Amino acid sequence: MTAGCFHCGQPLPTGTPRQVVIQGHLQPVCCAGCEMAAQWIQSAGLGAYYRWRTEPATAPDGSTDHALFLAYDRTQAQQSFVTALPDGHREAELLVENLNCAACAWLIEGALGNQPGVDRIQVNAANGRLLLRFDPARVRLSDLLARLASLGFPPHPQRPGQAGALHLRERRQALKRLALSGLGMMQAMTYALSLYGGAFHGMDPVYADFLRLVSLLITTPVVLYAGWPFFESAVQGLRARRIGMDVPVAVAIGVAFAASVRNTLVGSGPVYFDTVCMFIFFLTLARYLQASARARAGESGDALARLLPDTCLRETAQGLETITLQELMPGDRVRVPPGAALPADGRVLDQAVWMDESLLTGESHAVRRMPGDRVIAGSVNGEQALRLEVTACNADSTISHIGRLLRKAQSERPTTAAQADRLAAYFAPAVLLAAAGSAWLWRADPSRAMDVALAVLVVTCPCALSIATPTALVAAMAHLLSRGVVVIRGAALETLCEVRRAVFDKTGTLTEGRPQVTQIHPLRAGLTRDRALALAGILEQAVHHPLARAFAAPTATTHSASAVRLVAGAGVEGRIDGRVLRLGRPDFAAALWHGAPLTAPADGASSWLLMGDETGPLAWFAVADPVRPDASATLARLRALGLSCQIASGDAKGPVSAVARAVGCAQADARLTPEDKLALLDGLQTRGERVLAVGDGVNDAPLLARADVSVAMAAGTALAHTSADLILLQDRLSVLPDVIETARRTRRIIRQNLAWALAYNALAVPLAAAGLVTPWLASLGMSLSSVLVVLNAQRLYRPAAPTLAVDVPRVAVQTP
Amino acid sequence: MNALFLLIPLSLVLVGLAVALFFWAVHAGQFDDLDSPAYRILLDDSPPAEPEDRTPP
Repeated sequence: MTAGCFHCGQPLPTGTPRQVVIQGHLQPVCCAGCEMAAQWIQSAGLGAYYRWRTEPATAPDGSTDHALFLAYDRTQAQQSFVTALPDGHREAELLVENLNCAACAWLIEGALGNQPGVDRIQVNAANGRLLLRFDPARVRLSDLLARLASLGFPPHPQRPGQAGALHLRERRQALKRLALSGLGMMQAMTYALSLYGGAFHGMDPVYADFLRLVSLLITTPVVLYAGWPFFESAVQGLRARRIGMDVPVAVAIGVAFAASVRNTLVGSGPVYFDTVCMFIFFLTLARYLQASARARAGESGDALARLLPDTCLRETAQGLETITLQELMPGDRVRVPPGAALPADGRVLDQAVWMDESLLTGESHAVRRMPGDRVIAGSVNGEQALRLEVTACNADSTISHIGRLLRKAQSERPTTAAQADRLAAYFAPAVLLAAAGSAWLWRADPSRAMDVALAVLVVTCPCALSIATPTALVAAMAHLLSRGVVVIRGAALETLCEVRRAVFDKTGTLTEGRPQVTQIHPLRAGLTRDRALALAGILEQAVHHPLARAFAAPTATTHSASAVRLVAGAGVEGRIDGRVLRLGRPDFAAALWHGAPLTAPADGASSWLLMGDETGPLAWFAVADPVRPDASATLARLRALGLSCQIASGDAKGPVSAVARAVGCAQADARLTPEDKLALLDGLQTRGERVLAVGDGVNDAPLLARADVSVAMAAGTALAHTSADLILLQDRLSVLPDVIETARRTRRIIRQNLAWALAYNALAVPLAAAGLVTPWLASLGMSLSSVLVVLNAQRLYRPAAPTLAVDVPRVAVQTP
Repeated sequence: MNALFLLIPLSLVLVGLAVALFFWAVHAGQFDDLDSPAYRILLDDSPPAEPEDRTPP
């Protein structure tokens, strides 16, 4: 943390650093936002936060403007997330970003807790939620929200009906089922033990009947409440004409319980209440562990909704008012400032605008939208303020549909897990047959036949087999998520183990992706450097290629480029003041005036772009992009893991080989068009190599889609980036070797799990059929085999080996 | 032994109470965050004393 900003850990800008005094020490910070946040934390006496935090803070961004939150002061706007309490106070539920460790939770409690008018504050670091009870007469909600934002924790009102609320409900229900079946199991076992004792030493039938009746009373709620999900899913499976692993489970529970009830009422024959309770308890425990692992993996699902602003500016007869998105109705007219995301689907009014729809279409450059054109929520408005007539908002908007599709895709199991389930589908009918067969074999002794059939049914329940793969994958995905890696396709983890070659894009992947213009050489008399830069700025303003960001948009310009066209791997063309200009690779620009390509000035470290019009060249621009600080170490670790690395870039040879030298990569190809990259990849794959592609997703999309495993940087085109298997959320390359190590550990654990489950079943079935396993022992064995598989998978939550001398508690990776 | 007819129903009532108590606790959100309370004890409730700030006289 010493190398970067004390508050957020980002690299420090060059020049005189800003500094703050924290707990008696002078500490450097990177920007005014961090400086303010750190100073405030120190002055509020909360400096201990820095001692306890386990993750660097997040720098507050531009959305700290107090005016943004004013809308939340109105009662109407508070409807969706604020509850009015009987004493006139209110309780707000918020979702807070960047809440990733217990110290953050403490900081928020400290920061808001001592504000006048705040009664109570409850922070849940596990799911990033915040419960705030306040007195509206003494404090405005907008003040509290703005304070949170200025500390780097942007708050969002919790929208009802989200996946998070569903997870919470399911988790609570699972806990209740677990507790009920656990307590019921203990009780039923006590009585069962008394009955066994009574059977040996003699017991008055009155007491025996009484104990059975009591066991029945205990077991009934366990079966009906805790066992309900098994019946439900068995019926669902049968309806879909598919015998899943729940069918034998439900049959076992149902048969054992029904027989016990009958024997209790008749007053003779064996009862299996303890078996039923234990069976349900262990199954519920396994399910609970599995569900909480999956819930942790699914917490990113709300990310899509956060791409929309929380408030917007609505036009009314009196002027403009800030409202929340929930209040927005179709037919409303809203204003969208330049650079902001659209709050809803709608039609453009008044004038044509440039719109960045890369989020939804994956198209990297901006598109022109004419008045009356339909635009979609989440698109980013271009350079001018926009008036929008809302056609669909909130749950009806396109982005909500995509969110639902995404959640559906997430809930579907990866292919490998499905294979294990198919295995279970063959296994389940076989188990039912085996149980019936065993009962038939023992038909000479009806009292034992029931026992044996139950034992076979219970002992072979293929749970361990069926959950061996998914639990490991889910645990690995959750572990990776806590490291800032989202796994889009779970099967990619298995492929990742076989990868022996990594192909990196350069711009935005190995480098920061924030290029800067370092030199300008005008080539035409009368053209100043400023004028050349301004022209280039106007031209590049309309596109979102990484290089375009180097050309700062001119602050005050009356010109704008029209008919802008981006040619992948070559450059950009547009019309300014009636003349056509091109900016990009020398041969691309020279093609405009049909001249020979010029040779770029000799300079190995930067890319040279040529700008020209129809009459000839105008200027050279040198653009350089700094290498990521962790790139070199990452590639070294990947090599140590047995991967050979190479660079495939569309950039010029000079900068590519400069970066290759800097990161210690021997093989680097420059000037590759997307087609060339694909050809390179095909060449590697025909040689039988499994290839990992890492890119930022602008021009690497085909490469990412075709590679065996692909990794995208978060700064690329975010969630619409469907071609990637994994996304690095924090844009840190250094987690990549960890991902590969995790994948290898996952494979190891899956193999252990499958081997264990198969060996267990192979051993248990003959024993049970031979009548050597009593039903309660079978239940214990079956459950233990499942629990063992789940616990084995849970080991993936822990980091492979402690990398720090001091073991810092990591809240996010705790096992339940 | 007739005491069993009283004591066992009594124990059932106790189990029922325990289940009800647990259900209440789950609904009250006691089990929603099992991670951060374990670390909260490490952090002070009041603004902490900061020995680093003291300068020798």
